[in-house]
Amino acid sequence: MKDVSVLIGGKAGDGINSAGSLVAYLLNHIGYNIYLYFDYPSLIRGGHNFAIIRGSEKSIGTCWDQVDFLLALNQETIERHADKCTRETVIISNADLVKAAGQGILVNAILKVENAPEIMRNSAIIGGFAKAAGIEWDVVTAVFQDHIPKVVDLNLKVAKRAYVQVGKVHPLIPGPNPPRTLLTGNEAIGLGLVKGGLDTYVSYPMTPSSSLLHFLAEQQEKFGVTVVHPENEIAVILMALGCAYAGKRSAVGTSGGGFCLMTEGLSLAGMAELPLVLVVSQRTGPSTGLPTYTGQSDLQFTLYAGQGEYPRLIVAPGDAQESMYWSAVAMNVAWKYQIPAFILADKTLSEGTYSIDSATIPEMQKIDPIIWSGTGQYLRYADIPSGISPLAFPGMIDAVIKVNSYAHDESGITIEDADHVRLMTKKRMRKEEGLTKEMLQYPCVNVSGNPDASTALLCWGSPKGVCNEIAAILGLRVIQPIVLSPFPLIQLQQAVRGVQRLIAVEENATGQLAALAEQHGIVPDERILRYDGRPFSPDYLIEKISEMVI
Amino acid sequence: MTRQLVTDTQNTWCPGCGNFSIQHTLKNVFAAMEEEGKSLDDVVLVSGIGCHAKIVDYLNVNTFYSIHGRTIPVATGIKLANPNLTVICCSGDGDSYAEGLDHLIFAAKRNIDITVLIHNNRVYGLTTGQYTPTSPLGFKGKSTPSGTAEYPLNPIELMLASGATYVARGYTRKMDQLKNLVLEGIAHKGFAFIDVLQICATFFPVSDYYSSRVYELSDHNRTDFESACTKAREWDYNSDAKIALGTFFERSLPSFDEKMGQHRINAAERERAIQEFLITRT
Repeated sequence: MKDVSVLIGGKAGDGINSAGSLVAYLLNHIGYNIYLYFDYPSLIRGGHNFAIIRGSEKSIGTCWDQVDFLLALNQETIERHADKCTRETVIISNADLVKAAGQGILVNAILKVENAPEIMRNSAIIGGFAKAAGIEWDVVTAVFQDHIPKVVDLNLKVAKRAYVQVGKVHPLIPGPNPPRTLLTGNEAIGLGLVKGGLDTYVSYPMTPSSSLLHFLAEQQEKFGVTVVHPENEIAVILMALGCAYAGKRSAVGTSGGGFCLMTEGLSLAGMAELPLVLVVSQRTGPSTGLPTYTGQSDLQFTLYAGQGEYPRLIVAPGDAQESMYWSAVAMNVAWKYQIPAFILADKTLSEGTYSIDSATIPEMQKIDPIIWSGTGQYLRYADIPSGISPLAFPGMIDAVIKVNSYAHDESGITIEDADHVRLMTKKRMRKEEGLTKEMLQYPCVNVSGNPDASTALLCWGSPKGVCNEIAAILGLRVIQPIVLSPFPLIQLQQAVRGVQRLIAVEENATGQLAALAEQHGIVPDERILRYDGRPFSPDYLIEKISEMVI
Repeated sequence: MTRQLVTDTQNTWCPGCGNFSIQHTLKNVFAAMEEEGKSLDDVVLVSGIGCHAKIVDYLNVNTFYSIHGRTIPVATGIKLANPNLTVICCSGDGDSYAEGLDHLIFAAKRNIDITVLIHNNRVYGLTTGQYTPTSPLGFKGKSTPSGTAEYPLNPIELMLASGATYVARGYTRKMDQLKNLVLEGIAHKGFAFIDVLQICATFFPVSDYYSSRVYELSDHNRTDFESACTKAREWDYNSDAKIALGTFFERSLPSFDEKMGQHRINAAERERAIQEFLITRT
């Protein structure tokens, strides 16, 4: 099995994230599938940052506890991660800062000879790693040229000096793939939204959603998107709803605390039947919690957020590829049904980097909603059997488009009589019936691992990766609902057929998917829960399952 | 096509309510726009929640009946999405001076090209009589039976400080002037703010007070920020003083919607851009 794990660690501000990306691209270029996990505290400089880059010939979304290479930019990295090292682990370190550990590279001396600035020290470490891993120099050159934004030549000179110093101590056998696209979950969400026709992205910064704001802001001219960062999350959702009213596809992004502020606007979207995509990337709560660490404790909140009753779509993709596809689906569904649609992510997914296999990604394109014919009186809330009233937008001739947060009649004028309230409530709820039926055509529940196994892991979101990893080893079935509202009851019932022992695996303290499944008559036998901000590792999960199964 | 400007919806404002004058003013504004050849299909009226907000049910144009305090971000989104639209916000003093004050300040700061009318009756009417941010000190309402312990804020001064590029005050008993202010506000490229003094016939009926103190700003240079500030401080919404009506300040600056621009591209160009991006990540 071709499989390798590389940990790179140093101080915050040392550029660990970009150094980790370069390692990922090197492994990508020798034919491996990639998963990168980035761990950092909530501060700007100082503190310890690390990234674990894993390459494998199989599709991956998790990291084992032990690593094959440890790239130490400082002494603290060696000390903190001693438990991740075995006798075989190759340590490559900055000899100026790290006491005699593994292959020490005299970084300062290299920088001095090349007259290179201090920020290029990471290139020396990466050069040393490439040699130790037996990666051809041509590959290093290609990766640096593609992925280092400036002064590539000098970076290459620095890397080359380290490359010749280090021995080829742990050569990797190249994998089968051509280089694949590497994306973080947030980038994949952004691309999926753009594929689904995104016009305007509105967001107030909040980890771990901020990198989506940054990505779309950076790419807005190329993708033809307007990006707005308003005064707070309340303004965010209301601006997005204003855009939707005017006929432009909008999305908002936030995490739990910001989503709390959006709930009045969410309920307005439900009543006024305005389409909107909300990206909610979870972190450890409650309240400020652990801003830069992961969690899955906002499923129940997202299911019920906002006063009143109205249909909503919630999708929880488990990796970058699913994120791209389901974000495009969410945008199209929001517009077809004129409802809020959620992409429920988490820090592990949002900020983790994954390989995209373009051969297996489904087709995605913008699907237009039903538009008013332009004849007769326009009724924004026309009561037709599907419950989906044709849309019109300001500027269309003689439309008179009235949307309303109050209970309203078909024309959008406020009413308070019981008959109208019943009529319009039923109209909104009929959309949910249609949506539930339509979702039967989508792969709402993934089943992987051993499909005949009688013991199954029930998971959602990013723990998909770790569950798949250990299911392959232990011979278990993995059941991963992606659509969580409307609840995919029929598909889930099919997925659990023959299961005698259902084990919910979630990164929260109560088992929120387990509770949701129970409401629908599918009762997990056990729960394995982690709620310390760290993602499950395969080692941790295997240990928990072994305790249980014995 | 000339449209019927008022809907058939039954009006539920109290007799004597100041909102009637604002509705008639807007109706006259719309009629004037149509006479000038502007299509009302390109007009959107946004309201918040409160007595003022019912105006959207009564006027037969595109409307967005939003939620309390949130008229301005809705209007901002509409204008950003389609800069060809004329976007008018009707908002209450509870809406934009209390619940959504942040949005008002930011709209002025970013100079979004919308026109905001504050139906400032200085009391919460629909929730049956509590003080608002512009109620005078000592105002006795249902939540402050012994009188408020806080001073009102001066919205004209606040808007000048926030960077609004058109700042005016009108009065519902001066409808001709109010109509002109609204037309000026719509014509102004940028954020136009009009504080409209109106009485609440039930909870704050102070017509005599206003009528005996208002005067029209004349020989005032509306491009002079310093004299605008001086005029704005003449009446602080609390002490007894003359009350100036008219345009305090106006200046021309690029608007937010102009500066944000639009990056619209066609589907094929977009797909090409995505494919090009994906290659950069290999």
